[in-house]
Amino acid sequence: MKDLLVTKDVTKKFGEFTALNGVSINVPKNSIFGLLGPNGAGKTTLIRIINQITMPDSGEVFLDGNKLKREDVHNIGYLPEERGLYKNMKVGEQAIYLAMLKGMSKRDAKANLKYWFEKFEIESWWSKKIQELSKGQAQKVQFIITVMHKPKLLIFDEVFSGLDPINANLIRDEIIQLRDNGTTIIFSTHRMESVEELCDHIALLDHSNKILEGNLIDIKKEFKNNLFEVGLHTSDKLALENEIKEKFHVSEASFKSLEDDLKLNIQLTPNDTSSELIQYLSNRAQVNHFVEIIPNASDIFIQAVKNNS
Amino acid sequence: MNKLKLIIRREFNAKVRNKSFIIMTLLAPFLMVAMGFLIFYLSKANDSKLKTIAFVDESKLLTENAFENSETVHYLDLTKLGMKAAKEEAEKQEYYGLLTIPKQDSLELLAKDIHFYTQKSPNMMLVESLEKKIEDNLRTKKLHQLDIDVVKIKSARIRTDLKLSNFTGEKTSKLINGIKIGFGFLAGYLLMMFIIIYGTSVMRSVIEEKTSRIIEVIISSVKPFQLMMGKIIGNALAGLTQFAIWIVLLFVLSAVASAVFGVSMSEMQRAKVTPEQMEMAKEIIGNDKIQTLITEVLNLPLLQMGILFILYFLGGYLLYSSIYAAIGAAVDSETDTQQFMMPVMIPLMLGIYVGFATVINDPHGTVATIFSIIPLTSPIVMLMRIPFGVPIWQIALSLGLLIATFVFIVYMAAKIYRVGILMYGKKASYKELYKWLRYKG
Repeated sequence: MKDLLVTKDVTKKFGEFTALNGVSINVPKNSIFGLLGPNGAGKTTLIRIINQITMPDSGEVFLDGNKLKREDVHNIGYLPEERGLYKNMKVGEQAIYLAMLKGMSKRDAKANLKYWFEKFEIESWWSKKIQELSKGQAQKVQFIITVMHKPKLLIFDEVFSGLDPINANLIRDEIIQLRDNGTTIIFSTHRMESVEELCDHIALLDHSNKILEGNLIDIKKEFKNNLFEVGLHTSDKLALENEIKEKFHVSEASFKSLEDDLKLNIQLTPNDTSSELIQYLSNRAQVNHFVEIIPNASDIFIQAVKNNS
Repeated sequence: MNKLKLIIRREFNAKVRNKSFIIMTLLAPFLMVAMGFLIFYLSKANDSKLKTIAFVDESKLLTENAFENSETVHYLDLTKLGMKAAKEEAEKQEYYGLLTIPKQDSLELLAKDIHFYTQKSPNMMLVESLEKKIEDNLRTKKLHQLDIDVVKIKSARIRTDLKLSNFTGEKTSKLINGIKIGFGFLAGYLLMMFIIIYGTSVMRSVIEEKTSRIIEVIISSVKPFQLMMGKIIGNALAGLTQFAIWIVLLFVLSAVASAVFGVSMSEMQRAKVTPEQMEMAKEIIGNDKIQTLITEVLNLPLLQMGILFILYFLGGYLLYSSIYAAIGAAVDSETDTQQFMMPVMIPLMLGIYVGFATVINDPHGTVATIFSIIPLTSPIVMLMRIPFGVPIWQIALSLGLLIATFVFIVYMAAKIYRVGILMYGKKASYKELYKWLRYKG
């Protein structure tokens, strides 16, 4: 079984409003799967359905090849966007309670907690109340509580919000390590740079529909459109620019360089190849800079949503 | 471990470890006992002032049958001074009052010409007892005038006391009705207080989970219904613990306080009833009757009452607290709860008032019967009626309806709860709630 989680034609309506319209996604095992989409696209509803917080009107969800059942809540760890902890409860006691609700025994919960508290060097927080911790500290505790029962599937909704760069890096490294140790992770965020950094696969929801899904590299290949950024050193800048403009579709480029007189974005037609272009340019000037522009996650997001509307 | 159990335990611990809960649990009995003593001492201080009542008795009404001095009232004969001087003297000496009995030809005329002068408005109880004493004296005198033997008259007075019993032969007395009313009202009132205090506490706990945003974390592990029931049960257990501690502390404290201040409990009880009521009670009971009373209390269907009390208490509390939970889920903060509180308070108040108004007069009257069958008021009104013996079919109908309503309300509340806990920053209206009820899954 290649996919850990599969949703099939999941539809959910709230009264007249359709939150999800036949959404099918396949989350490959052992991957970090970015679930993306503009506000109100239906991401949270889909995540809640996977967590069995809400039930779909139609469609099915499969975990590890089997239809999702009630006990599967023990195999899932969920960090919701709207998150928090009991303010008046002590950190350790609270973590044990929440772990036991996930089906762990008290002893295992204690042992796992100890491991994480030592790893994050926060043993001293055990008997503190949540209200005595800062927001960032509470987020760390919340992260531990999400992962401590060693679920097969982890779902993070805006995991980095409220974290400073140091703690964000710490959590990022943990997420990567969890993936490397065999956990599958669904990662929902609006921060495209972390999608770029972490995700192997993505799915894009817009207006209750899935409009894009796949391996991030494949999607990038699909979305790249033969655009090259070049920096040329030449004695006659104007003549060269006019010559290139006649042959190619060209636009102004801006990047930092030491001595490029002419900076251009050159659009190739599908018939042209990059080696032909570099040949053409090096016959006419000194090529200092030659880069294929690959769309980043943010570009893909904007492009896909624009195409959809 | 069972998840519901885990939730119940957490809710219970969260409640009983709360500082204000601990303070209230320990402080309330002290306050109650202190209040009792305060009332007792105040009423004693009020009564204990010695009142001197002067009298001018020109008809010699009191010569044969003088008023006896009591602990609080002394009588002073100023007949020698004459009406006018006695009045001045009484005013000057600041006596409590002056009773004047002029000389008249007949007792009938005299009866209409007796005055009582006081500085301030007089104590009505005192006036009544004076009137009674004067009437007694006048009657005795009149009997003498008519040449009727007082002893014979007295021996001709035969007291009756209807022996009440129902057709199955069980004996009852008039007083036992009072005790039944007491039992019933205490139960009804306790239930209402319990619902209001701990229902609100369930609601607060729901709101707290919403505002601290932990709710979504928890319901990714347990069903909202489990969480709601866990809360309701956990709070109820905390409440019962609090009640139990209160009862124990109250007993201990009263015992200690009585020993220290040298006031017996019975004296405290007596302080609350007026002398009038005491006399009435004495007349009705008579010392020999206390024994029968105890047997009668023991003859009450105590086991049946106990079981029904538990059933109605549970049914009523669960019914109302699930409504409270739904309200908590529908709002973002406690200030928003007002609009939803009315539908909860009205049936509760109705239950109490209808109970007080109708059950006393006729425990089996139409109104009392109907309200003890309608589910939202039945826990309170039926609890009031039970000591009087309610037909089995009524109990069955009422309990059946209560359970059906309970299941229905919990189902509805759970639906509202499930949708509501995930709604942030949305002001819920009744229309909105209706929409939530129609959401699937």
